[in-house]
Amino acid sequence: MSIGTLYDKVWDLHRVTDLPGGSTQLFVGLHLIHEVTSPQAFAALEEKNLTVRCQERTIATVDHIVPTISQKRPFSDPLAEEMLATLEKNCKKHKITLHGIGSGNQGVVHVMAPELGLTQPGMTVACGDSHTSTHGAFGAIAFGIGTSQVRDVLASQSIAMNKLKVRRLWFDGQLNKGVYAKDLILHAIRKLGVKGGVGFAYEFSGPAIHALSMEERMTICNMAIEGGARCGYINPDETTFSYLKGKPNAPDEKEWGKAIKWWESLCTDKNAKFDDEVLFDASQITPTVTWGITPGQGLSINESIPFPESLQESDRPIAKEAYSYMQLQPGTPIQGVEIDVCFIGSCTNGRLSDLQAAAQIAKGRKVAKGIKAFVVPGSEQVAKAAKDEGLDNIFVEAGFEWREPGCSMCLAMNPDKLEGRQISASSSNRNFKGRQGSSSGRTLLMSPAMVAAAAINGKVTDVRKIINENQL
Amino acid sequence: MKTNFPNGKISKVTGKCIVLKGDDIDTDRIIPARFLKCVNFNSLGEQVFADDRIELTGNHPFDKNHNQGASILIVNDNFGCGSSREHAPQALMRWGIRGIIGQSFAEIFYGNCLALGIPCAIAPSSKIKTIQASVESNNKMNWILDLQQKTIQSPKESWSISIEKGPLEMLLSGKWDATSQLIAQEKKLTEVMYKLPYIKNFK
Ligand code: SF4
Repeated sequence: MSIGTLYDKVWDLHRVTDLPGGSTQLFVGLHLIHEVTSPQAFAALEEKNLTVRCQERTIATVDHIVPTISQKRPFSDPLAEEMLATLEKNCKKHKITLHGIGSGNQGVVHVMAPELGLTQPGMTVACGDSHTSTHGAFGAIAFGIGTSQVRDVLASQSIAMNKLKVRRLWFDGQLNKGVYAKDLILHAIRKLGVKGGVGFAYEFSGPAIHALSMEERMTICNMAIEGGARCGYINPDETTFSYLKGKPNAPDEKEWGKAIKWWESLCTDKNAKFDDEVLFDASQITPTVTWGITPGQGLSINESIPFPESLQESDRPIAKEAYSYMQLQPGTPIQGVEIDVCFIGSCTNGRLSDLQAAAQIAKGRKVAKGIKAFVVPGSEQVAKAAKDEGLDNIFVEAGFEWREPGCSMCLAMNPDKLEGRQISASSSNRNFKGRQGSSSGRTLLMSPAMVAAAAINGKVTDVRKIINENQL
Repeated sequence: MKTNFPNGKISKVTGKCIVLKGDDIDTDRIIPARFLKCVNFNSLGEQVFADDRIELTGNHPFDKNHNQGASILIVNDNFGCGSSREHAPQALMRWGIRGIIGQSFAEIFYGNCLALGIPCAIAPSSKIKTIQASVESNNKMNWILDLQQKTIQSPKESWSISIEKGPLEMLLSGKWDATSQLIAQEKKLTEVMYKLPYIKNFK
């Protein structure tokens, strides 16, 4: 059993009571809602004649279903329009703040909340979306929940949960140039497996982690769930505090000292006990790309599609499924695999620094012929900041499409979809069969800079070559 | 279609059984992703197993005439694996399922069922197969899934099943409904909340 970790401390502070059946009732400090998983929850609430317990701790935005080409209302898809209209109606009725389209704050829920300073260290954060783990980057305990739990949190601002074990993933050294947070997390998932984190919270720490910016930290915690961990977190530090300072919902100047003191007190103790510890050397991590149908099927850019014999027995059936679905043969180098579509965006890699990294590669180059490449900022704030720097022009000149903010092709609950057997280079987080909107569509996950490099060359490329040759 | 959803104390599920064979039936098969684009769960009952049913053109167990109105589903191993969508148990419930017996269930699916008041009982593989055969040999028979006795019985036969202790107590006592459990703790919750310095933004 873990003792003295941030997870333990936050858990204890938010524990309301033990429930029959063995779970614990946990207070939820921030509840984020969106159009996909909230409508049924509101309906169930009304069916039971209940109201929203803490309107001011519930914040809404719209992201999954919004089109990214024209966001004019009503949307051309009547189902999408109905979902947004329902969210608007529910928020109005229950007096919940909705950061809607055109508000300047709309965005993918996991991009929007940190930007507004809503996500803070030591909070419990819940949202009806599995990538809620993103918010752990701030030292919050943040987890995705199902629709019936959305209803529970709306009704009671709390949730029934079982305590997780804590595994520390310690990263020594530093990431090399051309290697990004995305590579680090893809590498960790590859090593520990997509089920490796089941039953665990992941604490990411070590010098390589604390050298990262907040946006990079969010990329890492975002994909904790792909490693099977319900939540991932990073102990808050100076980087966290200076990111938060001055954000709209952050504590005021007057209270700032008090806030920092509390946040620091929650950090994992020096002599804390973990249920498990794993050590990585960040300097050994290389650009990493997935080749298969789970995020755990990753390869270093210089490797080839594995032969079944080289895999553990338990990994072979899914590998076989992947060869045929992906139409990639064992022994094929991943570098050079031709692609059709390039997608830069999502709550994993749709933030300003992601677009900057991709733009650095795209600048002055051209998207290869026949490739469809597009950039979808994670939020209206990201879009604005990127435009202020002229990133949109860099992309457009290179032949990328510049879109409006939303989840886009990450899960394709909107018009952005792969077609037929198209294969994409994506900065998103899931490469499951059919994930990007075509039941035979294929996805290679990689960092945004790698996606840009793939767009320029029309095939999977080692971004470090472009960086080194051009002394970027 | 049944509309009287589970409520209060649950000690028994009665009615016809329906057999669905196969291991690792995932939630994508139970309810395909395209049906997630909805604002309520009402039509999920008709969409349950949509793609499998299209493929089997009328020969899927959920389409067969003699299975209509059934309330106890008999499945095999690792039922409900895959995505966490609550739409899956919702779809089964709205079709009419009130109890499930299988060799094993995926964890999140199991929890989602419990939250709806649908007991998931388990039995070893060989016993499941015997029960499935018995159901199929006489598909008009009425069965009782008895949680107190831990049995599944017809007028002719009876088999023991098992069900986890915590969930069993929750179902028998009517305390499976998480929402009312959570709301009941209002006083404690308020205490915990106001001890958290961020609630008033550290003022
Ligand atoms: S960007 Fe993708 S992973 Fe993130 S919330 Fe949207 S659909 Fe989910």
